[in-house]
Amino acid sequence: MRLTIKNVSHRYDQVEALRDIDLTIEPGEVVALIGPSGCGKSTLLSIIGGMLAPTSGEVLIDDQAKPEGCLNPLTYVFQDFALLPWRTVAGNISLVLEDHPLSRAERDARIEEVLAQTNLSDFRDAFPKQLSGGMKQRVGIARALAVRPAVLLMDEPLSALDAQTRILLLDEFSDLFARTGMTAVYVTHNLNEAVRLAHRVVALRRRPGTIKEIHSIDIPIQDRREGLPELVAHEGALWNLIRDEAIAADKELENVA
Amino acid sequence: MSRDVANSSSENADNKVRFRATGFNPKANPVAAWASFVVVIVLWQLGSSTGFISDLAMPSPVAVAEALWKLIVSGDLWRHLGASLQRLAVGWILGTVAGLVVGFMVGMFTWARSPGVALVSALFPIPKIALLPLFIIWFGIGEPSKFATIAFGVFFPTVINTFGGVDNVARNLIRMGQSFDMPMWSVIRKIILPGALPTILSGFRISSSIAIILLIAAEMIGAQYGIGALILAAGQLYQTDQLIAGVVVLSLLGLCVSWLLGRLDRWLLGWR
Repeated sequence: MRLTIKNVSHRYDQVEALRDIDLTIEPGEVVALIGPSGCGKSTLLSIIGGMLAPTSGEVLIDDQAKPEGCLNPLTYVFQDFALLPWRTVAGNISLVLEDHPLSRAERDARIEEVLAQTNLSDFRDAFPKQLSGGMKQRVGIARALAVRPAVLLMDEPLSALDAQTRILLLDEFSDLFARTGMTAVYVTHNLNEAVRLAHRVVALRRRPGTIKEIHSIDIPIQDRREGLPELVAHEGALWNLIRDEAIAADKELENVA
Repeated sequence: MSRDVANSSSENADNKVRFRATGFNPKANPVAAWASFVVVIVLWQLGSSTGFISDLAMPSPVAVAEALWKLIVSGDLWRHLGASLQRLAVGWILGTVAGLVVGFMVGMFTWARSPGVALVSALFPIPKIALLPLFIIWFGIGEPSKFATIAFGVFFPTVINTFGGVDNVARNLIRMGQSFDMPMWSVIRKIILPGALPTILSGFRISSSIAIILLIAAEMIGAQYGIGALILAAGQLYQTDQLIAGVVVLSLLGLCVSWLLGRLDRWLLGWR
């Protein structure tokens, strides 16, 4: 499914968060949005998924090529997991299927399928508070996959995890994208994640948020490994691109929540 | 290097590091809890037996137990307790249901928010018993005026707790539901209601104790039967043993209500 972002601008009261963003995300492509805090990357992701109405501009989706059985074309994976603490792992996945006309058997089959895909089958009856952060995010991924999304919208999905878990999940994401050819928009401030997962890395500039540069990485995702010299070079280039912005962001007093 | 350290430490006069994080950590002790009851009752009985506590001012525990037993055997207790429980149940349920509905609306809809908060803030501080005479004019001296007093008293804290609970449901969970295109009714039923439930249930503890206070007050103002009427009548006849027996029944009633709410908590909030 193709996503077209046309002339999107957004203001929060006095602050101009995004200005004239134009971007097309092709089917099967993983696009990473990077930039220092306050550059509007999360705002843009909210606008793409229809969770925030832009001040001007629009986002178009081409409905032709939805995957089979797709219940929710634009599906988020959240930084804070957003799991219901009163539901089990299976219950949290069931939650997003219950309002669709699926038979009980179809629903259970989907739950089993995504649990198996994320290696959570043994944890189906556990409650979120019993799970580690990494497991919680796997539940978030399983829940997103259960609705067979056309585009995954991932909002810093690894930022709340410790460094070791991050490495493990990064490999799993990389497998997922390589295996399924999933279309995804991946917001991160971690350049390493961006160069491991994305076909194109969109670097944003801040105040107002505009696209500074779009950086293509031509290595197939399944061939990318930690420490691959080309990837390190890409990471270095991206860092040079956003370094000054990051320094400015770091020195700024907080004036927007 | 490590050898040097070991040498120097053995030569110096070492002081053990003192453990400083003591106290501020009270623990539960069920034996002490029950023992405190026993101690108070034994001291009270001793005071009465030795004449230190005048019988007229405060009957002995044994006398209270006898009075309670008489009330049970004669069946008077059940008549009074039955009338009280019925008022308590009807009044509390009316007030709670209305309070939950209004609380949810105030918690969720902009149009209900400011008017609801303004009215509740203005009416909440009124001692509801002051309205009993008005309710008697409206509904008569019988049961409906007592139901109305209790319901009115229960209504306001329930509204405040319910919308507080709804406000406290994590916004990210609601946004998650919306991002999966869950219909509004599903978001309310599966996300907001369970998320607000802990606050609502702790509100039940407040509202149930308010209901008991108003029940007794209403029964003292005008009722033939009821624990409040029993206590008032005993006081007018200087039957302090029966009076204290009525108070003991109230204490037991409060404990039962709190036990029931505890069970409800465990049943509905097992996930915590």
